[in-house]
Amino acid sequence: MYTQKVIDRFTNPKNVGQIKGANGVGTVGNAACGDIMKVYIKVEDNIITDAKFKTFGCAAAISSTDVAMDLIKDKTIDQALRVTNKDVINELGELPTQKIHCSILAQEAIGAAVADYQKRLAKEEAKRKKDNN
Amino acid sequence: MQKIYLDNASTTNVSNEILTEMLPALGQNFGNPNSMHSFGREAMTLVDLARDRIAAGINAERGEIYFTSGGTEANNWALIGLALANKSKGNHIITSKIEHHSVLDACKKLETLGFEVTYLPVDETGLVDIAELIHCIGQKTILVSVMAANNEIGTIQNLKTIAKIAHEKNVLFHTDAVQAIGSFKIDVQDLDIDCMTISGHKIHAPKGVGCLYVRKGIKIDPYIVGGNQEKGKRGGTLNVASIVGFGKAVETTVRDYAANNKKLKMLRDYFVARVTQEIPHIKVNGHHAQKLPGLASISFNMIEGESLTLLLDMAGIAVSTGSACSSGSLEPSHVLMAIGLTPEVAQGTVRFSFGTNNSKEEIDFVVEELKKNVAKLRSMSPIRAPKKKA
Repeated sequence: MYTQKVIDRFTNPKNVGQIKGANGVGTVGNAACGDIMKVYIKVEDNIITDAKFKTFGCAAAISSTDVAMDLIKDKTIDQALRVTNKDVINELGELPTQKIHCSILAQEAIGAAVADYQKRLAKEEAKRKKDNN
Repeated sequence: MQKIYLDNASTTNVSNEILTEMLPALGQNFGNPNSMHSFGREAMTLVDLARDRIAAGINAERGEIYFTSGGTEANNWALIGLALANKSKGNHIITSKIEHHSVLDACKKLETLGFEVTYLPVDETGLVDIAELIHCIGQKTILVSVMAANNEIGTIQNLKTIAKIAHEKNVLFHTDAVQAIGSFKIDVQDLDIDCMTISGHKIHAPKGVGCLYVRKGIKIDPYIVGGNQEKGKRGGTLNVASIVGFGKAVETTVRDYAANNKKLKMLRDYFVARVTQEIPHIKVNGHHAQKLPGLASISFNMIEGESLTLLLDMAGIAVSTGSACSSGSLEPSHVLMAIGLTPEVAQGTVRFSFGTNNSKEEIDFVVEELKKNVAKLRSMSPIRAPKKKA
């Protein structure tokens, strides 16, 4: 069912974990459909310097998130938001039809982490403006 | 790498004894049993012997056993055939929420044909709600179908009670005994069963054969039409070799069930005891006593079932899971949801079904692999262990 690349990423994921001091954290999915992905990013000067994940899900879900982290590391926020599920699938070789939704969820997980980062940024900016006044 | 098969609830190997019994039907006795000539008669003799063995195994008469292509066909036939044959008496059918899809989907089909179906709830151990059954059974009810033992969690129903309630209201009782045969004594007279499904490949016969027991005098419409086989009730050339294997399988299963059960229960209980003691945050599903002897359904919190199944497979261990990912749908097992598991816990459920070929040494290996892989997946999971209550 799975390519060797999926199996390798599943049995030896490189990017599992949390980031202390992460400035963007996003969670997508739900237990009802069997996939939850939590992504942590560290953004410095608009560049994602570190990205880690925790996933509850099948081999396709775990390998998709692992790949997604590699695809956004050392990228700008804009570049990260342009990563699609097709890029994830390309990296994995292929995914069975019924597992493609896992790669889509990984793309959404990136979006959620970035959105959280941007929300925190906006909050900090608002606070700075208030302190200056 | 050693291979350890713990998925006997899914299918079993054909035993040597049964394979030997089948060979003549694949060799010199190849005739079509419905042919008039000697080749046909020889083949029919083998079929008759199988039929007699199955009838004896469940305390039925030879004429009450009808061969099918397996449990799915027998279940479809029972529901649809009995409903259509008895529709002049009513249009209400009662079944349970935890039936196999071959019963549930047949019921869904009947609903499109104007029948009303009640799907009885079960409690957290998987037992059908008897009070609800009594409440729902009415003037228009023509059939109650409740499985003898559940394939995912192993719970065995109170068949005698259910049959009694059905018969008090002149309602037919069918049971899917695919998972149950060989695990406990099924005497259709004693249990007062009108119709029953059995399948071959769960009891070391080949895949592709089963039967429907239909009590004498009960009307059932044919489902597979197009031939005079099986007294005109089920068309199609008989699968002689598999039927021979099936007959022998029922005979040996009933002959050996006490010894087999003892071994299976010992293996299963040893496994469950070790897992319960050595792996935290788990739940054992099903009834604690009324349960198939060789089956263990265990939910591992905070992880997903398919990924655990795959890691075990890489270590040579075969099990199965009720997670959505593995079923192809987006929802977890309907059985696990019916017993009240949350979707998250249902997704992390794995079924271990032992066979008499398994050993304690194999179980020790499996437990070690489980501990290792459950810990690995938990370290990758975003779900936290519940905090201990003060």
